Amino acid sequence: MKLLSRVTADVKHTPSAHSTLDVLWVLYDRVLRITPETVDAPDRDRFLLSKGHGPAAYYAVLAAKGFIPEEWLDDMGGWDSPLGHHPDRVLIPGVEIGTGSLGHGLGLAVGTALGLRAQGFLDTRTFVLLGDAELDEGSNHEAIAYAAAIRLPITAIVIDNRSATHGGPGEWSGAPTGSNAHSDVSGQGNQPRAGLYAGIPVRFPNWSVSVVNGRDHDEIKRALRVVSDRPRLVVASV
Amino acid sequence: MRETFIDTTTAILDEDPRTALVVADISAASFTAARRRHPDRVFNVGIREQLMAGVGGGLALTGMRPYLHSYAPFLIDRAYEQIKLDLGHQETGAVLVSIGASYDAAAEGYTHQSPGDVALLDTLDGWTVHVPGHRDEVAALLRAAARHDDRVYVRLSTQENAHAHPDAGGLRVLRRGGPLVVAVGPMLDPVLEATLGMDVTVAYTNTPRPLDTDGLRALVEGEVVVVEPYLAGTSAHLVGQALNGMPHRALHLGVGRAEVRRYGDWRDHARAHGLDPAGLRRSISAFLL
Repeated sequence: MKLLSRVTADVKHTPSAHSTLDVLWVLYDRVLRITPETVDAPDRDRFLLSKGHGPAAYYAVLAAKGFIPEEWLDDMGGWDSPLGHHPDRVLIPGVEIGTGSLGHGLGLAVGTALGLRAQGFLDTRTFVLLGDAELDEGSNHEAIAYAAAIRLPITAIVIDNRSATHGGPGEWSGAPTGSNAHSDVSGQGNQPRAGLYAGIPVRFPNWSVSVVNGRDHDEIKRALRVVSDRPRLVVASV
Repeated sequence: MRETFIDTTTAILDEDPRTALVVADISAASFTAARRRHPDRVFNVGIREQLMAGVGGGLALTGMRPYLHSYAPFLIDRAYEQIKLDLGHQETGAVLVSIGASYDAAAEGYTHQSPGDVALLDTLDGWTVHVPGHRDEVAALLRAAARHDDRVYVRLSTQENAHAHPDAGGLRVLRRGGPLVVAVGPMLDPVLEATLGMDVTVAYTNTPRPLDTDGLRALVEGEVVVVEPYLAGTSAHLVGQALNGMPHRALHLGVGRAEVRRYGDWRDHARAHGLDPAGLRRSISAFLL
């Protein structure tokens, strides 16, 4: 994507910048009900980027979809630029939350989904994107447990590029490929399955789980379009 | 004050569909009826204070007006970064209502005490801090907070004054005389008793943030004593700024930093920190000599 390489200043967190690109594109191109004209509509779908690190792909997608001018991409992190190395919702149209410190997006997503439901926006969906290493932050686990307990239908996407220092319980057991690439695994049993990415789903007990190839747009779309009566985890392996 | 908070907040939830309440087990049972009536706006997240603040931030992002509540050390100290980022950095607000104050939970020990809550909020922008001195001051503060989206902290305590002074957002003069003594919230009665027979002016406020700096400048004529029910000197920087350019001496009394590793009740801790009438009288007399 040409716009991505235009984000010149992203010297920080480079691997994380590109890991999110495909998921972000599918979200904004094929899933989210939001346009530059509806960034303030109370019933718009919400996408919260919890993993604020490496936002080059996020900015590139926002520019490609017309939320921000493409010219903004040339000076990321500059004094006069609204685009920082972590996104700020106050400065950037279409950005729902300001992040950077890890472990804040999921709790904000739970509150957002509750607020939307309380106001009767029952068709509005709330998505939140996290990194796999971000799951080390304990605050996530407060939100994971509560969302499961109240069966709150939010969708969390975890980009898995095996960046967590100590991995997860169950450990990485091979990238999903071929026939099991889009398998549903139950978060309830927490049984690691051969060939599946067990490490991340077991951290989401009682969530509905899909593990997808984080570069396959059709797989990503199918997983994100599933509407459930409980929280959903989509692990996008890249 | 806790009962007033529960009754008032229950009523606010009935009256205003924009309001929501988030608790983390503390006081949850007292809101059972409210939860039953408004299951979509009253939440108990369990013992998860970081989440409580995050949920508050998320609710506010959708236009709701969240009230959050727990013991002060769990509401403020533990969730400080969530308060900083999930509210302030997002430019959203919430109404944080704490109980426990500096040492109401004297027998529970230091884990349940938050002498530093107001100082912590002083590191952040845009917080209004209410420290009511009487239960009858609480309802109006809570109701006023429902009508806007700013960040508000209401610090409730077991210790309270004999009489309510509802119009005490600014400095309210209760005794006229010489040097000014400012009493914040429940420090009023001990200050009034400590200064009996002394030639001082006593002014009261239940809203130390924003501090009534105009009132301070109008009332100070050389000497000022500030008595606060949280860390001593918490307001020193604001008093200094307010009196910038005016020759003055200042004494800041409050809770000491050193941990008091004793139990008892709040009266024992007030005495240990010199915030009982006798202790205050000693400090104020020595300063004004």
